[in-house]
Amino acid sequence: MKDILEQLETRRDGARKGGGERRIEAQHKRGKLTARERIELLLDKDSFEEFDMFVQHRCVDFGMEKAEKIPGDGVVTGWGTVNGRTVFVFSKDFTVFGGSLSETHAQKIIKIQDMALKMRAPIVGLFDAGGARIQEGVAALGGYGEVFKRNVAASGVIPQISVIMGPCAGGDVYSPAMTDFIFMVRDTSYMFVTGPEVVKTVTNETVTSEELGGAKVHTTKSSVADGSFENDVEALLQVRRLLDFLPANNTVGVPEWPSFDVPDRVDMSLDTLVPDNPNKPYDIKELILKTVDEGDFFEIQAAYAGNIVTGFGRIEGRTVGIVANQPMVLAGVLDSDASRKAARFVRYCDAFEIPIVTFVDVPGFLPGTAQEYGGLIKHGAKLLFAYSECTVPLVTIITRKAFGGAYDVMASKHVGADVNYAWPSAQIAVMGAKGAVEIIFRGGDAETIARQTKEYEDRFMSPFVAAERGYIDEVIMPHSTRRRIARALAMLRTKSVERPWRKHDNIPL
Amino acid sequence: MFSKILIANRGEIACRVIKTARRMGIKTVAVYSDADRDALHVEMADEAVHIGEAPAAQSYLQIDKIVAACKQTGAEAVHPGYGFLSEREAFAQALKDNGIIFIGPNPGAIAAMGDKIESKKAAAAAKVSTVPGFLGIIESPEHAVTIADEIGYPVMIKASAGGGGKGMRIAHSAGEVAEGFARAKSEAASSFGDDRVFVEKFIVDPRHIEIQVLGDKHGNVIYLGERECSIQRRNQKVLEEAPSPLLDEATRRKMGDQAVALAKAVNYDSAGTVEFVAGQDKSFYFLEMNTRLQVEHPVTEMVTGIDLVEQMIRVAYGEKLALKQEDVKLDGWAVESRVYAEDPTRNFLPSTGRLVTYRPPSEGPDGDATVRNDTGVYEGGEISIYYDPMIAKLVTHAATREAAIKAQARALDAFAIDGIRHNIPFVAAVMQHPRWIAGNLSTGFIAEEFPEGFSLPAPEGETAQRMAAIAIACDHKLNQRKRNVSAQMEGWRKVSFDRLRLVQLGAERFEGEVSEQGGAVVIAFPDRSVGVVSDWVPGEPVWHGTLDGVKVAAQVRAVLNGFSLGHAGAYANAQVYTQREAELAALMPEKVAADTGKFLLCPMPGLVKSIAVSVGQEVKAGEPLAMVEAMKMENVLRAEKDVTVAKILAKEGDSLAVDAVIMEFA
Repeated sequence: MKDILEQLETRRDGARKGGGERRIEAQHKRGKLTARERIELLLDKDSFEEFDMFVQHRCVDFGMEKAEKIPGDGVVTGWGTVNGRTVFVFSKDFTVFGGSLSETHAQKIIKIQDMALKMRAPIVGLFDAGGARIQEGVAALGGYGEVFKRNVAASGVIPQISVIMGPCAGGDVYSPAMTDFIFMVRDTSYMFVTGPEVVKTVTNETVTSEELGGAKVHTTKSSVADGSFENDVEALLQVRRLLDFLPANNTVGVPEWPSFDVPDRVDMSLDTLVPDNPNKPYDIKELILKTVDEGDFFEIQAAYAGNIVTGFGRIEGRTVGIVANQPMVLAGVLDSDASRKAARFVRYCDAFEIPIVTFVDVPGFLPGTAQEYGGLIKHGAKLLFAYSECTVPLVTIITRKAFGGAYDVMASKHVGADVNYAWPSAQIAVMGAKGAVEIIFRGGDAETIARQTKEYEDRFMSPFVAAERGYIDEVIMPHSTRRRIARALAMLRTKSVERPWRKHDNIPL
Repeated sequence: MFSKILIANRGEIACRVIKTARRMGIKTVAVYSDADRDALHVEMADEAVHIGEAPAAQSYLQIDKIVAACKQTGAEAVHPGYGFLSEREAFAQALKDNGIIFIGPNPGAIAAMGDKIESKKAAAAAKVSTVPGFLGIIESPEHAVTIADEIGYPVMIKASAGGGGKGMRIAHSAGEVAEGFARAKSEAASSFGDDRVFVEKFIVDPRHIEIQVLGDKHGNVIYLGERECSIQRRNQKVLEEAPSPLLDEATRRKMGDQAVALAKAVNYDSAGTVEFVAGQDKSFYFLEMNTRLQVEHPVTEMVTGIDLVEQMIRVAYGEKLALKQEDVKLDGWAVESRVYAEDPTRNFLPSTGRLVTYRPPSEGPDGDATVRNDTGVYEGGEISIYYDPMIAKLVTHAATREAAIKAQARALDAFAIDGIRHNIPFVAAVMQHPRWIAGNLSTGFIAEEFPEGFSLPAPEGETAQRMAAIAIACDHKLNQRKRNVSAQMEGWRKVSFDRLRLVQLGAERFEGEVSEQGGAVVIAFPDRSVGVVSDWVPGEPVWHGTLDGVKVAAQVRAVLNGFSLGHAGAYANAQVYTQREAELAALMPEKVAADTGKFLLCPMPGLVKSIAVSVGQEVKAGEPLAMVEAMKMENVLRAEKDVTVAKILAKEGDSLAVDAVIMEFA
């Protein structure tokens, strides 16, 4: 019996070595950790339960039958906890066949995906792999398809997070693409459908992997990734931090922990946040940081479409999603990029029962051919659609401008927000006074225009016209914003909305 | 006594005058410009009058508007503060003509001390020790050389109407005198419209020591000891203290008597300051007399217990000085840091913007010391481009110089400012500087001790260990809460954390085991255990607590997976890891920061006034590349090495943020 137990230990040791010392060293030299080291960082100490350690590939083509059979087959899977909460994980092992996906490799991932969905617990995928195992041909492709299908089945049911920590190319990119969040490690990770060699052959472009699909590209240009981190350690510890914000699934509600911050904390400095000059920008992140518990804010897509800010914070120890126009970037205007970014975030929050707090200072939609040709109508509609279909608590604060159609879009009363407040500095109108006067009165001498502008300003450049109509529930002091939001969210905890049955909506994609 | 006074100033000094007036039961009137509508002094005063646009020339320097404000509000007297109109004879005269009392000296005294040459003559006549030199008008370079030969080298050639270092030249030889004379003369003409220059002995390693005097309208004048203000940069005082570590009682009395003699000679009848330059051998020479309240007057107030503003108000009202010279006792030591909105790591360039965080240390007793903070700003306020960038004057008073410095260091650690750059890291570093602690000062201190400029010091030794202990305690607080997150796996033990924590503090590493004993978190480092008690909670920018019973404060800001800490003039990011995390973190590559040498970055937020080069141009080190205007100062940005301009990204008129790329080099 003892022999058999020892044999198990030997086999385990072998499996844990993955591709062997030499490859592990090479992995470290590249500034990357191994699949198992990454899991150690992601999960609570000693909480990892590994599955399928001894799985091996069954390929007999192109020399694979003679190739060494390495237990695990390029991916480490299992489950563990993050601060005591169950999380499923798979971690591609670059030291084994370059982490490439075989039929059996896919089966390991599928098993974990099925379990995560059955257990209604988050799943985190750590990517560092070369794509499909070409020797296996269609068997590998079939494997991908099975993974994709499960990504979709789990979407909106359990949080799915992907961290790109090395190459991620070809078929490998589509599983992350269908998860909720993608994070990348700067300088060591890249993602693309086709790599630089193929690009060169097909389009004659010469491009490096970093230029084609590095963290910078995907966090600033393509918006494929939601954030990037300096190295593996920083990335994984931040994923732990993100998981602390997220509910385990779409029915349990947000996690809660004791807040060190009192809900009725007033912040007098907010009374001077909005400058006297309506054209002077201010940093909406200051308002966010001074509103949420302890100034703790996990920003999503910080480097993309900076004119809108999205991310997670907490009020009274419970997660909220924050959406805010950012006057510091393009005056906080809504353009296609900002609309898409916010729409996706709003839908995420709604899917997972995370209440949304919206801070509004929006001068309207961005005009121009570039925007119209790019489909601003449909992109803008995504955000409108996303807010309109929300059933989670929606609290909206208008700090300054809420102009035109963008006023409606930004979680207005009309599209279903529950509690709508405005600061005294709010201006809720179809457009700025100058533009309005030009259209209404069409010309006139400077003096008349000035008088008419003043009249329009006095009438509409305040929150009171909207308040008179009940579009704004109350005009609040900026310094009491946190208390007002906390009270509103407390009241809204029991919000319940029924929607008519439908197969699914038809959001303008 | 007056029933209402107007304060013709802004910022901390206006607030400071209002405080005393209020205590004396006097109503106060503030004046303000467009930029100061929401300023603290406006808030604090009983009434406020708007006097014009943001630039001082159109508001705080408008004599007519201030006189009108007095009439409108019925203010009987005006306190001018410092700067602005405080030393304008015309202002004092205008008030007099309108029957308003100037809380300051009579116009004659202002006039007598206003001109550098005239004041020196008056000083010499009053037998005040003056720097050997020639006070007459110097006709020619030859004449200057003759005089310099008589005085002995080195000599200084100075503009008569000058100030701020303009039109000043140091000459070590006859040749340098001849050249310097011509330069100083033309600079004086262009800067002050007055080309008179004079020559005097140049004191090597000088110290700046000044005597506070106080006179009344009845011919009484006393002195309130001295202040030393040797720590200066670009002739701007940064740190002040009272008394001076240089002086002994005899020298103090000698200087005091001379200062009083001078004040009496010009019928001085308010608070004023006689400035001296002192040699390391305690020799001292009259520099000038400031006929106003000085910025650094709080250190004198702290060691004498006398409220100078109150005294000014009383003597202006006509009261006799209630104090006699023998009543003035110096008690303990006071140290003052001027907290400026400027970036010490970028050659002290001014910084403007919103005070996102402004939490000064609490005033009042702190152990054996007393903390005082004179300020004119508040959290959410704006540091504008229009005025002096001083945010606050932080003063600590204790029985000894050593204790006052320690208290100052602690108070600086507890002073939280975000949103703008500020010089707290610099003054905090000086508080730890052995030469400062030894009191071995000279006006060249900053240039000599920070020849390469200032960069944030990394923590070492004891300081580093304290910071590591604070980091572990903060991390522990967060971990304890993580244990309480909802929806943990049921039927299993609660999540636990490793007791052994490893701190990566900048380049330093520490390991310590955490445990809780009573109300303290005990951290067992290999060499010693530290008991930490604190009620800090996440989100607070200042950590207050005790380490082994010793009171400590530190700056704490959250950064990814850790904290950015500042303590005792040292700064570092701290990551607190488990052993395994630390092992794996050690495998992470050290990334080299992007080579910014290839770019010209905008060193401060400002407006591009001009670009001096074009694409493809080869530029030698030291040649101008661009000019950026900030705070009305035109800053010429020069090439640091020989470069070729590859790309120009900014153009004239662009408003740039700090670190915005102006041009790229090949």
